[in-house]
Amino acid sequence: MPKVIENVGCPYCGCSCDDVRVTVSDDGKKVLEVENVCAIGTEIFKHGSSDHRIRSPRLRQPDGSMKDITYEEAIEWTAQHLHKAKKPLMYGFGSTNCEGQAAAARTMEAAGGMLDNCATICHGPSFLAIFDNGYPTCTLGEVKNRADVIVYWGSNPAHAHPRHMSRYSIFPRGFFTGKGQKKRTVIVIDPRYTDTANVADYHLQVKQGHDYELFNAFRMVIHGHAADIPDEVAGIKKEQILEVAEIMKNARFGTTFFGMGLTHSDGRNHNIDIAISLTRDLNKVAKWTIMAMRGHYNIAGPGVVWSWTFGFPYCLDLTKKDHAHMNPGETSSVDMAMRDEVDMFINIGTDAGAHFPIPAVKHLKKHPWVTIDPSVCMASEIADLHIPVCICGVDTGGIVYRMDNVPIQFRAVLDPQGLLTDEELLNKIADRLDELNAQEA
Amino acid sequence: METVKMTLVQQPELFLECYSVTPDKFAGKSLAEIADLPAHEGKVQWKLGDFFKFEGKSGATAADTKIVVNGDVRRMKRFGQQMTDGEIVINSDADMYIGGWMRGGKITVKGNADSFLGIAMEGGEILIEGDAQNHVGSAYRGDWRGMSGGLIRVKGKAGNDIGTAMTGGTIIIEGDVFIHVLTHAEGGTVIIKGDVEGRVGGQLVKGDAYIFGNLLYPLPGYKMIGTVEKEVDGATYTFDQYIGDLGERKMTKKGEIIYGNIYLKK
Amino acid sequence: MAELLIKNGHVFDPISGIKGDKADIAIKDGKIVDKVSNKAEVIDASGKTVMAGGVDIHTHIVGPKVNLGREMRPEDKLFRGDFRGGIVKQGKRMEMGFSIPSTWKTGYSYARLGYTYANEAAMPPLLAPHVHEEIRDTPIIDVSAMPVFGNNWFCFEYIKNKEIENNAAYIAWLLNATKGIGIKVVNPGGTEAWAWGENCTTIHDPVPYFEITPAEIVKGLIDANEYLGLPHSVHIHGNNLGNPGNYKDTIDTLRLAEGVKTKNKFGREQILHNTHLQFHSYKGNSWADFESAAKEVMDYVNSNKNITVDMGQVTLDETTTMTADGPFEYHLNQLNHIKWANVDVELETGSGIVPYIYDKNIKVCGIQWAIGLEIALYAKDMMRVHITTDHPNAGPFTRYPRVIKWLMSQEAREATLDTMKWKDKVIAASNIASMDRELDLYEIAMMTRAGPAKALGLSNMFGSLAKGADANVAIYDLNPAKMPSDPELIEEAFSNTAYTLKEGVVVVKDKKIVAEPHKYTIWTKVNMPDNAQVMHDIKEKFARNYTVNLENYAVFDEHVHNARAIEVEVA
Repeated sequence: MPKVIENVGCPYCGCSCDDVRVTVSDDGKKVLEVENVCAIGTEIFKHGSSDHRIRSPRLRQPDGSMKDITYEEAIEWTAQHLHKAKKPLMYGFGSTNCEGQAAAARTMEAAGGMLDNCATICHGPSFLAIFDNGYPTCTLGEVKNRADVIVYWGSNPAHAHPRHMSRYSIFPRGFFTGKGQKKRTVIVIDPRYTDTANVADYHLQVKQGHDYELFNAFRMVIHGHAADIPDEVAGIKKEQILEVAEIMKNARFGTTFFGMGLTHSDGRNHNIDIAISLTRDLNKVAKWTIMAMRGHYNIAGPGVVWSWTFGFPYCLDLTKKDHAHMNPGETSSVDMAMRDEVDMFINIGTDAGAHFPIPAVKHLKKHPWVTIDPSVCMASEIADLHIPVCICGVDTGGIVYRMDNVPIQFRAVLDPQGLLTDEELLNKIADRLDELNAQEA
Repeated sequence: METVKMTLVQQPELFLECYSVTPDKFAGKSLAEIADLPAHEGKVQWKLGDFFKFEGKSGATAADTKIVVNGDVRRMKRFGQQMTDGEIVINSDADMYIGGWMRGGKITVKGNADSFLGIAMEGGEILIEGDAQNHVGSAYRGDWRGMSGGLIRVKGKAGNDIGTAMTGGTIIIEGDVFIHVLTHAEGGTVIIKGDVEGRVGGQLVKGDAYIFGNLLYPLPGYKMIGTVEKEVDGATYTFDQYIGDLGERKMTKKGEIIYGNIYLKK
Repeated sequence: MAELLIKNGHVFDPISGIKGDKADIAIKDGKIVDKVSNKAEVIDASGKTVMAGGVDIHTHIVGPKVNLGREMRPEDKLFRGDFRGGIVKQGKRMEMGFSIPSTWKTGYSYARLGYTYANEAAMPPLLAPHVHEEIRDTPIIDVSAMPVFGNNWFCFEYIKNKEIENNAAYIAWLLNATKGIGIKVVNPGGTEAWAWGENCTTIHDPVPYFEITPAEIVKGLIDANEYLGLPHSVHIHGNNLGNPGNYKDTIDTLRLAEGVKTKNKFGREQILHNTHLQFHSYKGNSWADFESAAKEVMDYVNSNKNITVDMGQVTLDETTTMTADGPFEYHLNQLNHIKWANVDVELETGSGIVPYIYDKNIKVCGIQWAIGLEIALYAKDMMRVHITTDHPNAGPFTRYPRVIKWLMSQEAREATLDTMKWKDKVIAASNIASMDRELDLYEIAMMTRAGPAKALGLSNMFGSLAKGADANVAIYDLNPAKMPSDPELIEEAFSNTAYTLKEGVVVVKDKKIVAEPHKYTIWTKVNMPDNAQVMHDIKEKFARNYTVNLENYAVFDEHVHNARAIEVEVA
């Protein structure tokens, strides 16, 4: 008899939807049907029971081929190389539960290495802005129940977060928002006419790379200098700036959702930083919050876990073993790789092979490279050692943090069939490192 | 003043953290003791003597001690970190954090400096004969107290984030700068003799920027109020004076609003 | 299991009434016992002070707001090139942070201070799994957490409709769902108002839309608390915190407990715990004529046995303020302009975070410092007045030894006053300079262990060296027979124990962490009949308003670390 599992969390985007219904085969090995989920989420569940899944660690041989080895051998190989390396880097965690991220913290503290997550190439600038200016935010339910003005700035949920607008922001009817979309004003600020802009009441087609100036102009309105705004700022006419500013000032509850359009254009963290300043200003006259459109279902997780562990969310330098250091620009993965500053690389739950600049990958490839990932990807195919693990949300549960830092408890739907979880694997590596460190001492 | 000359004999495999290379740490020590001072390459703790040979002698105090660094040290960080007095001359490019958290004394780099030059500096003087990278005289991440005193002069060009969250002191960049000058500043002066792409004085509460070259994209939050003559770095020029950031909070003194200033050379 | 005997120490145990007499403490199987066999391991405590493990009744150490504070303050770790808080590695994991320590540092630091149990003062129910993840990673000390109820939509509706039983049933359900210990109230109604950018500054300001007042909310929660007979009373951070003139609102809030009878089996006597009273005892119309109202507030507290309080002592440090009082943090940020974080939580609560420097050269900070100490020095019943710094709001908990020093030594208070730029103004606006009271070690034991444990309804387990209590013991290098004349030595002695024992295991020895045994998550399990109406209401709110599914809301058992339930039966 097929089994139906309800209230399942989806391991795709930062929406971390937790209302998925999955039907699995009687033996718990096959996903038969997935409901309440976007097209991409469906694929992840289906992949979980793919016949092509790698179920054994593979070590590269001198002739370049990959040979199956046991988990024990893979753990020993990884621990020995971590122990030997002067400055190993573990990077990834786009698809790992918090338990795995906590185990990774323990592993890299024992190894004395660098620890970083995918934020370093996506919302890292948002962290820098939060460091410098704070973060006036809310949970997504506040938006659903209260918001009458929604701004999407440099983000395109129609493509990147398929259920964001329907579950949380524009369309749902909440406690104080019984009329749903009808009573909400939607403003999209983006150089492109995106599918999200298509549903907006206002689309400000800001000149690419000049969002900072536009924020500056909005802030001038709040600070009483509307008259001093030039006729056009960042490609937007003064009249339109004033019109939209008026809507923002009169919001009962407004939220700005920002994405890579801000974090990946010139100024990066400063674009977010001034967005936070604007949010602060708007709270003098209205109620406003701001939120990063975090990409993966638990990419908020490592920032949360490592903050309680070390006090820093990413770009961690644990090489001194008795204290942590962080300074993105120095301790960030891509910067270190570009400068050839690390001598071992562990790619976990992401694909640095596909995402990092080619010169960075070339430098990393000179040194031992381990990929811990359920899937075959570029990072697994160029690795010296590939260790497959459970897929969080499919073969294992655990806690994940949604884009608004709300913890969502995931469930396993499939039998892991002998695969280790990230947490189990990393704790075994850490146990071995503890032994090696004890021997040395 | 006594001089210690340190010459590179061994390149590190990765990057070396030379936080011990300050007149404060060298003062009163024999060459052997100096060679025993720690330096980190990743998790490995070495001694300075594993990479450098030492000649000369140190003074009794930091003020009496000059350090001359020879050899290619572009893979070495943190020279002069937290120094309070004395002098360092680096005859090479050097890596990040030169003069970070510096309180006094002087550092001269004959080549280029990497990022975080003079970060959160409180006093003293840094001269870079080549270029600098990003975050010159900025604050450490999250701190609202950036460079508060002293002088940084870069003869070449610099990147972005010059004087972020600066509260005092002076930065002079003789070449061009990319973006973000005096962002979040509450004081201090930045003088740029070349061109700047934009974002000068964004979110600035207080502080002064002088720009001799072209400011490609001025922020909307600055308004021209007149033309003034000012003496800058030893010479007098005529500038258009702009006040701002009109989109940021302002302090008042005796009922008058204190604005930040951008002076554009005519 | 192991037997232990702590011999010849000067024991201060208010629960059993031992006032510094030499006594032996026997331990077997992790509990205090009458006697042990001669095979017991012996700890020589002669010339030392022996107390039960410390109990912190109000601290912010785990959870989303604490952690956002850590995340947004890298400079709290690295301050001007130096590692703030120093570099210490004694336990299994590194220790990071000064005002908001990492979870590992939190556990180790409490243990070094001789504390073995801490009560996290604000758990947003929706975010409870986060709180429990951090509890798991906080070593050594037992931890409980209080869910916040003062701005909860369910409670608003039940209280407005005068449905005490339903309100109580909902609270019992939520304590179970979040594995919480008791009822916390923060700026009742005001945080909900803040979701619209407004506030409730008196107990009679109506909450927008809900047509209920803070007074009604507090009253309703007191009634529910006593209906259920929970171990702890309602734990309140009232309206108008941190504003000049607020002492009147504070007394108004305290009066809400008048005429209510306690009903519990835990030995708790109070109806209301007013936390961080310092922040609520302000006179004046503005910061310009700001003054201490400690006398007025403590006159009320002293004459009303149904109230307990904790100090919220300002320690004159650079720290991080964080509270579920969202509007307060926004207004604080308008004063100091440093970074500001805010998190409004759907249907339940909110929070704000702002770094703050209590600068001894600022008049207001000096007066705040004086008010906290006055609260303790005016107190008549030290069992009802507890030492806290509202960590990290008025200062980090690692400063408790300094607070103890100030309380025990007028000389130490004068020395601190002498460092203040506006000393004369601080003296003029407070009574601190005229107070010559110096507390003794027995009183300190009341304020740091016995009193808070009793107020939490846990004095049969914690804060006690009586038979049957958990064998949590702190041994300080302080000889009561020869108290040092230099108050600095008092601070030093309380900063690092000679020994800390947790359930009979030596966890600190000679000021260092030596073991990390298992620890508990303490929570309150209310056994009562199912309430169909309340379950119906819960399902409806989840279907309509929450953004997580009801089935994923309650913390899964696998995410609760070593749960230890305090059971309550309701017929």
